[in-house]
Amino acid sequence: MKPAPFAYFAPRSLDEALALLQEHGYEAKLLAGGQSLIPAMNFRLAQPAALIDINRIDALSFLEPASDGGLRIGAMTRQRTVERSALVAERAPLLHATMPFIAHMQIRNRGTLGGNLAHADPASELPAVMVALGARFRLQSQRGARWVNAADFYVGLFATTLEADEMLVEIAVPPLPPRTGWSIQEIARRRGDYAIVGVAATATLNADGRCHAARLVYLSVGEGPIQAHDAVAALHGQAPTAAVIAAAMRGASQRIEPLGDIHATPAYRRQLIEVLGRRALTEAFARVQPT
Amino acid sequence: MTELYPVQLTVNGMAYARTIEPRLLLSDFLRHELGLTGTHVGCEHGSCGACTVLMDGQAVRSCILFAVQADGHEITTVEGLAANSARLHPLQEAFRAAHGLQCGYCTPGFLMTLIPFLEENPTPSEAEIRDALSGNICRCTGYQNIVDAVLKVEIGD
Ligand SMILES: Cc1cc2nc3c(=O)[nH]c(=O)nc-3n(C[C@H](O)[C@H](O)[C@H](O)COP(=O)(O)OP(=O)(O)OC[C@H]3O[C@@H](n4cnc5c(N)ncnc54)[C@H](O)[C@@H]3O)c2cc1C
Ligand code: FES
Ligand code: FES
Repeated sequence: MKPAPFAYFAPRSLDEALALLQEHGYEAKLLAGGQSLIPAMNFRLAQPAALIDINRIDALSFLEPASDGGLRIGAMTRQRTVERSALVAERAPLLHATMPFIAHMQIRNRGTLGGNLAHADPASELPAVMVALGARFRLQSQRGARWVNAADFYVGLFATTLEADEMLVEIAVPPLPPRTGWSIQEIARRRGDYAIVGVAATATLNADGRCHAARLVYLSVGEGPIQAHDAVAALHGQAPTAAVIAAAMRGASQRIEPLGDIHATPAYRRQLIEVLGRRALTEAFARVQPT
Repeated sequence: MTELYPVQLTVNGMAYARTIEPRLLLSDFLRHELGLTGTHVGCEHGSCGACTVLMDGQAVRSCILFAVQADGHEITTVEGLAANSARLHPLQEAFRAAHGLQCGYCTPGFLMTLIPFLEENPTPSEAEIRDALSGNICRCTGYQNIVDAVLKVEIGD
């Protein structure tokens, strides 16, 4: 239960950190909040040769309004800071409502937004929420910087499009479009535990009260955030009545293939996919403010 | 031989300087380097909350934080709560009075979780208390007497 030895670097600037990452590549790991990495190192599931501790880089910790009405959030912003931000509550209420689901207060005090998103745990709420919100991630290396859509960032179990020399530096959360509602639903055994199944939804109505667009993104049912494209397609152009939502979910839950584990059987997960999807869509549509 | 790193930090108001391996967990640093064994270690992977301490006034788990990361920071452990050995902190007193502990293994973690929580919210509801304590495991009490202790505590001064 003790980590293996490693070389430790605590750069003070992004440039310094990127140079270290370039030099050490896959041998090194970035240390953000450490709330996933250090448990894995204690178990010796992870034995990086070098740790690049990015906690002393002040420039990575910010939370600002973006000019498009959304938010710009630095990767090292603590989960607790996001949770308590009035700006987040106002501009990204789905993100605000999600934070208390993540672990416990002591862990959110250390854990960062960027660390959570880069870790790509399929049971984590934030990747699903970022996909539902249409967020974009800025990845930087000594070679330059690029923006990636959250939906394209996740490519498998704990896998992302980050290259060995790249760091997630910023998260851009766009504003919700007009006439858009949202919801986050999950079932966990205990407050703060990883969800057995969870789902984030955003839903937009057109001026006639019919579904114009929606995103329904699950966690803990596959290798990453899983979008229920079929359910969304079935809703398109429909008035979102209880019967329409129920029919859309019945079909969609059959197309997701959750695995079983010690927490839940595949059948139970499939049942939750349907029930939570229904609840999330119902709540999201109900939250739409007429304009 | 792994490289050693110098750290300087404040623990319960006292300044300490040590030279340590970077892989040393803050929990082990407190217990083995400083002899402050009030901080307990249950799971060593962030699940049980027994090792909770304050870093710059905020509750954190010391088993998933490296001691080198505490360089320049201020740590408070359960030893820092009581003003002297004759007088317990009001929260400790409330735990004693409500029988909020049995074996006591989890107690330092509960106390250190509750200190910043009660500072921000001195009169929490039962639901808020249970939510705040969701990250701390107790195998003995069934939690009821811990919640009672928090409902009854009066933190004056
Ligand atoms: C008991 C417990 C319960 C938890 N429950 C939940 C939960 O319910 N839901 C949930 O979502 N999470 C949960 N977590 C995980 C928590 O949210 C972590 O904080 C988070 O997953 C990782 O963030 P971190 O900042 O601690 O990253 P770290 O642990 O420091 O890093 C995680 C990984 O990401 C890499 N990384 C970190 N930052 C960057 C970056 N900027 N660019 C590129 N790579 C980077 C690291 O190298 C490492 O591989 C729980 C953790 C614990 C210990
Ligand atoms: S010992 Fe640190 S959380 Fe269990
Ligand atoms: S009193 Fe024994 S574990 Fe809590």
